[in-house]
Amino acid sequence: MQVQLSHPARTVEVKGPKRAKELLRELNLVVEAHLVIKGADLVTEDEMLYDSDQIEIRPVISGG
Amino acid sequence: MNCTKCKTKAVIGLPRHNAAFCKGCFNGFVHDQVARAIKSEKMCGKEDRILVAVSGGKDSLALWDILLKLGYRADALYVNLGIGPYSEQSHAKVTKFFEAVAAPHGARLHLHTVEQEAGAGIKELAQLIHRPTCSTCGTIKRYQFNHVAIEQHYDVMATGHNLDDEAARLLGNVLHWQEEYLDKQGPALPASVEGFAKKVKPLYRLSERELAAYAVLNRIDYIVEECPMAKGSKVLLYKEVLNRLETESPGTKQMFYWGFLEKQSKKQPTATSMTEKDRAVLHPCTSCSQPTTAEVCSYCKMMARAKTVAPR
Repeated sequence: MQVQLSHPARTVEVKGPKRAKELLRELNLVVEAHLVIKGADLVTEDEMLYDSDQIEIRPVISGG
Repeated sequence: MNCTKCKTKAVIGLPRHNAAFCKGCFNGFVHDQVARAIKSEKMCGKEDRILVAVSGGKDSLALWDILLKLGYRADALYVNLGIGPYSEQSHAKVTKFFEAVAAPHGARLHLHTVEQEAGAGIKELAQLIHRPTCSTCGTIKRYQFNHVAIEQHYDVMATGHNLDDEAARLLGNVLHWQEEYLDKQGPALPASVEGFAKKVKPLYRLSERELAAYAVLNRIDYIVEECPMAKGSKVLLYKEVLNRLETESPGTKQMFYWGFLEKQSKKQPTATSMTEKDRAVLHPCTSCSQPTTAEVCSYCKMMARAKTVAPR
C-alpha cells in the first residue's frame, strides 16, 4: 500500500494486509502522536489495511 | 472497533477514556468537553464577545468552529508573521475557514501583519534585535492579541492551547523548577489589571490527537506542516516524551495536568492572589499604555529597536 508521511513529506510502500496499529509500529510511530487516514476517512488502530488502500499517516503534534 | 455509545463503526479510539466513537458521537464528546471546561472554569457566557487567536493550525480553527457551533459570539484575530510560504499558506487556510464556516455565523476576522508594522517578517526582526525567533513571536502575538481585545472591547480572549500544550509546558516548568510560572498555568486567567483582557483556554481537556481528529472528521482544512521556526524546540521534545508515556499508560497527560490544577485550586484562591500580585507590579507602559513591569513594555522596546536598525 502507498503510505503518505509528513515532516518531511514523503511516500513509502508497505506490504499489506495489516492493521493500522501494526503499520504504525512497523514505521516506529507512536499511536498517540498520529492519525491514520484511509482515503479521506479516519480509521481506528484495529482497521485492516490492504495493498490497494491509499493511506496517510498524519502527525498531530505542533510546536505550541 | 465499535462506538461505545451507539455501537456503529468507530472512527477513533480514546484509550484514556476507555472508549471509541463514531463521527457523530465523537463530535458530541468534543463539544461536551469544551462546554464542561467553559462552565467549570467560568470562562465566559453566551452574551460575552470572544476573540479567538487563530493561526491556521488545527487547534485554533477547531476552537473557533466549536465555539460557533456551541452558540458563542466568537470573532478571531490572525497575526501574519511573515515566515515566507508558511505564513502565506496558514493565512490562506484561515481565510478559507472564515469564508466557509465563520462568516455565515456572523463572525468577524481581524488581521495584523507584522511586516507592515515592523518593516520585516518575524525571522528578520528577531535577527535585527538579537532575540530568539520564538520569543519574539510570542511577544508580538501576546501583545497584538491583547491590544485588539482591549481596543475592540472583547470580554474575553481564547487560545487553542490543548492538553498536550499545557502538560508539556508544565513538564518544562517543573523540570526547571520555574515555580513563578506555575500560577499562570491555569486555563482561565483573570483580567487582573486595567489594560489586560481575560484569557481562557477552552481546549485544555482535549488532547492534540483528539483535536486533529475533530479537524479531519469535520473537513477543517488546516496547515499540517510544522512552523519552520519550531524545529528542535524543547516543547516538541516534551510532547514526544509525554506521548510515549501516554501510549504505554493511557491517561498520563491528563493525570499530570489536571492533577496539577486540582492541587493548585486547593492551595490558594488563585484568581485573587494573581490579581493582587499583578496589581502590585504592573503599570501602564509610557509608550502604549498596555500593562508592563518596566517603564516601557517589551513590545514597544522591540519595535523601537527594529525601527532604529531596520533598513527601510
